[in-house]
Amino acid sequence: MKAFIGLVGALLLSITMIGTAVATPVDTYEFKNVDNQKRALDLAHSLRCPQCQNQNLIDSNSPVAQDLRLEVYQMVDAGKGDTEIIEFMTSRYGEFVLYKPRMETKTYLLWLGPIVLLLFGLMIGFIFVRKQRISGAVEQELSVEDQAELDKLLNRDNK
Amino acid sequence: MKNRLVLFIPLILFLAMGIFLYKGLFLNPQQLDSALEGKPIPAFKLEKLEDSSEIITNETLKGQVSLLNVWATWCPSCKYEHPYLMRLARQDILPIYGINYRDERALAVRELAREGDPYTKNIFDHEGRLGLDLGVYGAPESFLVDHNGIIRFRYAGPIDMRVWKETLYPMIQELQAQAKAEGAS
Repeated sequence: MKAFIGLVGALLLSITMIGTAVATPVDTYEFKNVDNQKRALDLAHSLRCPQCQNQNLIDSNSPVAQDLRLEVYQMVDAGKGDTEIIEFMTSRYGEFVLYKPRMETKTYLLWLGPIVLLLFGLMIGFIFVRKQRISGAVEQELSVEDQAELDKLLNRDNK
Repeated sequence: MKNRLVLFIPLILFLAMGIFLYKGLFLNPQQLDSALEGKPIPAFKLEKLEDSSEIITNETLKGQVSLLNVWATWCPSCKYEHPYLMRLARQDILPIYGINYRDERALAVRELAREGDPYTKNIFDHEGRLGLDLGVYGAPESFLVDHNGIIRFRYAGPIDMRVWKETLYPMIQELQAQAKAEGAS
């Protein structure tokens, strides 16, 4: 019984701890509904703070991040769509604020580069292995002279 | 022999990437490109810092090449920049408009009275709304605006002699020549 109570206690504790671990500074902003709150927080998480650069809008305490965070919340509550909000941010702070760059001509290298490199590597590996195999098969047949030479060498060692 | 050359492709790729990344080491991450270059100044309607009854709008800034300087009393780099702005103001090359960004009015007015006022006019952006629309992420920041009210250049950080001589002044001369050619004052 005691063990059971202990287990339940531990479970409850861990659940509350999970709760605090994902808690975010929602400032004092009151969202209209939970869906809005979730969407706004997700958006703010995906936008980079222009001043601190290594943090998203939620993580950062800088005044700019606070402002932008609030702006995102208000826009979500005003019923604006994700694309509209992202457009608002990039038209002021540039593509920089997006953690995930958009797919466009200047970012093709960024998106496709790794895939191209991987394919290139696989191709080289494939060619290399195939060559190895072919040359391996050929080498099994020694010419008469080579065989004689080999025999001679082996015999010398045996003596 | 041809096959041997193929073996050098990875080395060449590696060197190319090396050069690319090495160059990246010397970029300044604090200098973000402004998304607003080539776009008009965002519309605004704000009080003048020293006189709340006077309203300054984006239309006020049109007609001549001007420098917009975002500053605040809480910003140490602005204090560093201030003497150089005073020097520029004395040379009377172009109007310098101040955007007093998220600041206290009384503090800002007192600071200018004590240290000198290089600004033609000061826009009081208490809420930081104009700053937000301009994509300001710190202070000081300066925007070069042409006679049509189009933002042509943004410089983040304090203006000093080097920045002025190497970057800003040549651009200003060019913009002023353009303005003259198009018949603006």
